[in-house]
Amino acid sequence: MQAFTVVEGLVAPIDRANIDTDAVIPKQYLKSVKRTGFGPNLFDEWRYLDHGEPGQDHSQRRQNPDFVLNQPRYQGAQILLARKNFGCGSSREHAVWALADYGFRAVIAPSFADIFFGNAFKNGVLPIQLDEEVVDRLFRDVDATEGYTLKIDLAAQSITAANGEVIGFEVDPFRKDCLLKGLDDISLTLQHADAIKAYEAHRSAQAPWLFAVA
Amino acid sequence: MAGKTLYDKLWEDHLVRADEDGTSLIYIDRHLVHEVTSPQAFEGLRLAGRDVWRRDSILAVPDHNVPTIDRQVIEDPVSRIQIETLDQNCADFKLVEFKMNDIRQGIVHVIGPEQGATLPGMTVVCGDSHTSTHGAFGALAFGIGTSEVEHVLATQCLILKKSKNMQVVVEGNVAPGITAKDIALAIIGQIGTAGGTGYVIEYAGAAIRALSMEGRMTLCNMTIEAGARAGMVAVDDTTVDYFRGKPYAPRDALWDQAVAAWSELKSDRDAQFDAVVHIDAASIKPQVTWGTSPEMVVTIDERVPDPAAETNVVKAEGMQRALEYMGLEANTPIQQIQVDKVFIGSCTNSRIEDIRAAAEIVKGRKLADNVKLAMVVAGSGLIKQQAEQEGLDKVFTDAGFEWREPGCSMCLAMNADRLEPGERCASTSNRNFEGRQGQGGRTHLVSPAMAAGAAIAGHFVDVRNLSAT
Ligand code: SF4
Repeated sequence: MQAFTVVEGLVAPIDRANIDTDAVIPKQYLKSVKRTGFGPNLFDEWRYLDHGEPGQDHSQRRQNPDFVLNQPRYQGAQILLARKNFGCGSSREHAVWALADYGFRAVIAPSFADIFFGNAFKNGVLPIQLDEEVVDRLFRDVDATEGYTLKIDLAAQSITAANGEVIGFEVDPFRKDCLLKGLDDISLTLQHADAIKAYEAHRSAQAPWLFAVA
Repeated sequence: MAGKTLYDKLWEDHLVRADEDGTSLIYIDRHLVHEVTSPQAFEGLRLAGRDVWRRDSILAVPDHNVPTIDRQVIEDPVSRIQIETLDQNCADFKLVEFKMNDIRQGIVHVIGPEQGATLPGMTVVCGDSHTSTHGAFGALAFGIGTSEVEHVLATQCLILKKSKNMQVVVEGNVAPGITAKDIALAIIGQIGTAGGTGYVIEYAGAAIRALSMEGRMTLCNMTIEAGARAGMVAVDDTTVDYFRGKPYAPRDALWDQAVAAWSELKSDRDAQFDAVVHIDAASIKPQVTWGTSPEMVVTIDERVPDPAAETNVVKAEGMQRALEYMGLEANTPIQQIQVDKVFIGSCTNSRIEDIRAAAEIVKGRKLADNVKLAMVVAGSGLIKQQAEQEGLDKVFTDAGFEWREPGCSMCLAMNADRLEPGERCASTSNRNFEGRQGQGGRTHLVSPAMAAGAAIAGHFVDVRNLSAT
């Protein structure tokens, strides 16, 4: 996993609440058996005017000029700003893979859906939850200032605006540590293999039917 | 000290270890696998040279991509590769898989319980958000992402932090004709699609106890649409009876031992919940969603809401956008909305009871002329067979419905079953997001009886006024 320490980048705003993972990456792209290559289809139905299918040359499709990510001022954005309940709906990790593949390293919103939130950390994308008023103000600032950037420092748990203003944010210590070091949590868990085996021995004595499955 | 909730008990029973900050390793008893969210997980295992920790905890089935008409060929090459990849992964790692043409094949959340592979007291996971369905049996069941699928394959555990406890009490009795789907939509309408975020919900109250297992599954299935990690219902006789004789359920002495343990799977009388929501069952009417989020829901006798009456600006804009997408005018009576297609199926409503409820409305009637396609897609091969034995397939085909092979089908339209741009559908599925049933498609979520009623009338109707013929 790509580690996340400090990211300084352009902010792109999508001013909608309840952005669901079907919108982030439509189902036809879930047929891929790979983790990469989803970037061109991030927000596919909003980004293009025509219907897309996997395997197409997406650079040749008709772009929707009104969609935020197609506007010249937001090209190369690394930080996505959105409204409440971002990432609701399906558990598809493809949604995070698409955001990451496109180049987003962080998403800022007042709240996130649980599964998306967990998936993001596992792919080096930092979901940052801020108060609704702060998010509201960021929307106004981004809108008013072309080339608006933010600097996110995960170790310090701080976001610094170009004018020097600093906003703090909360993050779970375990997830923070994994993200800072780019740790693979399977190897972390396997360090506890003995504890898992001890649990299985105890549990199979207590509830043998759970282990006597056909 | 206060008593424990059902969720507290299930959590403690599966706790392998915990760090001081509450980060916990939770043991997983049952891992359900399907073709869409697993390929990258198996690929990850191979790349790291890891094996599966506990093969017998896994049950795999293709469901999202499978065709519902001709099972001999999968025309879409990308779908075919995904299903073949699942077959190959199950062969390589020696896992039990119900392949596409096995009679036991079906939607992953339908076949788990049907086989007794999901049991009370288990932790159940699947790379699919509607895994919450299995909580109906007093299990802790939730959806996970592909990295977590890989994590469970490799370690049999997940790294989690405990959620908060919410109790949703549905008191009293529902009126005749009101189903679990209406209860679920009414709850989401009340608490919103983010209302359950950070919580695990336990459903309680007389109306819940009165539900069949099918109904409880429908309710727990929709829990994820309220944003909660999991939904659950305590074990009672209805639960225990459901598992008698199921292929994967324990037998003989183990059965007796299991049943004794299951009787503990309920919240203590003095358990404390972090939040409690009360709903009066008698006030619930047939529900119809009008927008692009399950919380955008009204009752059959209401009108499409007017954004002009909404004071919250972000919400009003969302409503306006939904109206445009749905091609609806504010203040239109719901009963005047005409439908082009009808879909009865999905892990929410494709069990035998759902099909019977729809058949009861359809029997002796015909599809309305304006309905281009109405289809019934059973949740599994066994349900389809059961329905055919009861003659229900005939009821539907006589009326002009299509009777298809089991799978996810038009719930998410990954296979050939989909809406065309602008088409409007009465659907028994769980999500009405933009494009969910096909790009530009317009979805109204309803119960099976309400979907059947719309198919017959050509527009939404109050099924309470439609007597069986
Ligand atoms: S029926 Fe629909 S919601 Fe259920 S598992 Fe399939 S795609 Fe997901």
